[in-house]
Amino acid sequence: MLRSLVSQVMDLIEPEVARATDLDELEALLQADAAQPPKDPVLARLLPDGYKDDPDAAGEFRKYTELALRAAKHESAQLMLDTLPEEGGKIQLTPEQAQAWMKALNDVRLALGTKLGVSEDFEAQWDRLGEKDPLRTAFEVYAWLGAVQESLVRALW
Amino acid sequence: MAPAEVDRPVDQGKPTPDKPWVTIVWNDPINLMSYVTYVFQHVFGYPKKKAEKLMLDVHHKGKAVVASGAREAMEHNVEVLHGYGLWATVHQD
Repeated sequence: MLRSLVSQVMDLIEPEVARATDLDELEALLQADAAQPPKDPVLARLLPDGYKDDPDAAGEFRKYTELALRAAKHESAQLMLDTLPEEGGKIQLTPEQAQAWMKALNDVRLALGTKLGVSEDFEAQWDRLGEKDPLRTAFEVYAWLGAVQESLVRALW
Repeated sequence: MAPAEVDRPVDQGKPTPDKPWVTIVWNDPINLMSYVTYVFQHVFGYPKKKAEKLMLDVHHKGKAVVASGAREAMEHNVEVLHGYGLWATVHQD
């Protein structure tokens, strides 16, 4: 399941990563007046503005940083997939791999959390779901991912 | 206590060279408190107590200034923090 979630996040980010290695595309992007924030809310959360209430500055910042950010997230996600055993089970990670896992896991949580519209009152939102609500599974997964990330943070601390 | 009257230069809306820039981190409902604390320690080298205090400021006040200095340095901070999935922005103080 983790594999599937991470892949989904990668797909969201990936198309642009190919552009990062295409110099013509890169030049075109840099010459554009300013880069626009993503319309997709999940992507917008993964690639947020660097300036608030200043679209010009935010656009300039995005122009120069977005591709690198996408590539970095892609790399963490890929590393996580590469170190995730097919059948599950125990995993040994180096500190660097654990860092990448932590970031990749966080990206998955950001994506899922944004999709679900989780608020500070997450537990209450979950409680309000009907017994048969299909969203229950998504909330369970989201909570489980949080627990996994929490244990990773504590291991690295 | 009455404030002293000072002749202030007219603000033309352009960034002034001597006003410091800051990195602000914004609260969000997704990032774990432990993770945010860890990121502050790891990225800025802050001791755990300071990182925790900043994280709590973000959590309770909605945002916190986590660093200040030259604009380029603040932009770099924001890049790094976005890499960790936090939402940070650059402001002139």
